[in-house]
Amino acid sequence: MTSNPTTTMTAPTATTTRTAARRRRPVQAPRLSRAAYASTAVVAFVVLVAVWWLLTALGTVKPIFLPSPAAVAQAVLEQATNGQLWGDLGASVYRVMAGYLLAVVMALPLGVLTGALPRVEAALEPLMDFIRYMPVVAFVPLTIIWVGTGDAQKFLIIWLGTFFQLVLMVSDAVRTVPVAYQNLGATLGLSRMQILLRIVFLASAPRVWDALRICLGWAWTWVVVAELVAATTGMGYRITVGQRYLATDLIIGYVIVLGALGLIFDQIMRRAGQAIFRYERSAR
Amino acid sequence: MSVAVAQKVRIEGVTKRFGAVDALNGIDLTLGDNEFVSVVGASGCGKSTLLSIIAGLEDPTSGTVTMDGHDVLGPGRDRGVVFQQATLLPWLTARGNVEFALRGEGLSAGERRTRAQEALEQVGLAGFGDAYPSQLSGGMQQRVALARSLSYGPSVLLMDEPFGALDALTRRTMQEWLTEVWEHHRMTVMLITHDIEEAVYTSDRVVVMSPRPGRIRQEFDIDLPRPRHPEMIATPEFQHVVREILALIHQGDVD
Ligand SMILES: Nc1ncnc2c1ncn2[C@@H]1O[C@H](COP(=O)(O)OP(=O)(O)O)[C@@H](O)[C@H]1O
Ligand SMILES: [Mg+2]
Repeated sequence: MTSNPTTTMTAPTATTTRTAARRRRPVQAPRLSRAAYASTAVVAFVVLVAVWWLLTALGTVKPIFLPSPAAVAQAVLEQATNGQLWGDLGASVYRVMAGYLLAVVMALPLGVLTGALPRVEAALEPLMDFIRYMPVVAFVPLTIIWVGTGDAQKFLIIWLGTFFQLVLMVSDAVRTVPVAYQNLGATLGLSRMQILLRIVFLASAPRVWDALRICLGWAWTWVVVAELVAATTGMGYRITVGQRYLATDLIIGYVIVLGALGLIFDQIMRRAGQAIFRYERSAR
Repeated sequence: MSVAVAQKVRIEGVTKRFGAVDALNGIDLTLGDNEFVSVVGASGCGKSTLLSIIAGLEDPTSGTVTMDGHDVLGPGRDRGVVFQQATLLPWLTARGNVEFALRGEGLSAGERRTRAQEALEQVGLAGFGDAYPSQLSGGMQQRVALARSLSYGPSVLLMDEPFGALDALTRRTMQEWLTEVWEHHRMTVMLITHDIEEAVYTSDRVVVMSPRPGRIRQEFDIDLPRPRHPEMIATPEFQHVVREILALIHQGDVD
């Protein structure tokens, strides 16, 4: 070892250092191409379904607890052909839309005012912060006493679960608009109301849209909660019926449909947001 | 040399306190009609506060600001302001931003559009009317902001470090360009800057402020001929004034 010193020693060291330097990984993980992203996501889904299938095919879990993917697909298909799925879907979508839109229409102006006017903020924000930590689920019995078990009760639960959060999120979005924009409006001779409507609200719109998108996701959770307790139609109602007959395949099928539905609505909101707020993306 | 110019803006005994901070203390300053005045000084010496008070965005704790003999009681369209950040509305195009400022002038949509286009031409951005702010460089955004302020014809233009966020090269171009624009359309300008050469190059007068409390230290009349051109910067006269102002500011650092 000692007989062959520097020459052989230095050469490889130099090369390894150089390769090491070249191979150093960038601090930020490189961005994936769209195709790479999509295929990775699909693989993850497929792996999950494969594991599920394996568990059922090997008989590791009894079908009564976890039916096979095929059985679940079969159950959903059956519901789709006999029309019950569409009826349930329609009822739930209608309830989500009504309750959610009611919350949006009320929360938007209130959120803007809360974000813009310190007096309104002081009056409403601590109050809403308090209310939003009251568990909505606990309101279900109360809402039934108040308005019965009809659609109004579903609207109310969805409204309770989204309105207060939305007001706070919208007011936050409004508050993050830089003061410089308000100063600009003032130097252009605009009144405070004009500054609020023509500048501040529009400047906060992209963040407000994000808040709307997130709340729509929650609305889906709340409609199912309401339907699980008291309903004669809807996705949540069908799941409770499934429980009565130990129809696990139907329950899981409906849960998956609900997930897909949430994803679809979220994607629609996302795409719409990207289209509306195209101006934010730099073309440089 | 000292021709009596009409006074446009008069600041008398203006003091501004923020709690315990003496942001401004006993400021007396006048801006002559169609005069270009720069204000320089260490950061925190109250330059922005002074501009906000003239703009009417802040009230002075004591003292008065008058414009054409009338008290300034709030912001108004007789004073245009260009902020350090361009504050363009991101959802409007360059032309849309200028048109936005022209609302309330009682113009038809067509007239607004023509006027906005003219203002963009004035700042050399005729071909960028349809671009969104996110598609423009920092220098171009600032030029749109200036076009916006010029479009509705305020008689005083207040600028708070408008080129402060730009790189040195762009800044130099913008200074030359601003001087040119001003020499064509004279108006009363107050320019805040931390770039002494920018102040001397653009201005008829440079006001040096000192911090804690914010005071006016000294004023320098700049007697360089107009139109100004970049070669002047290298001349001994120019550099002499720059050194004098720098010395004054650094002296303030020591004591
Ligand atoms: N809204 C404010 N509230 C409290 N202090 C302020 C406010 N605006 C400015 N100041 C203080 O006043 C002093 C002058 O500020 P400013 O006018 O921004 O200085 P400059 O523009 O020369 O850097 C600073 O000490 C700053 O911290
Ligand atoms: Mg400043």
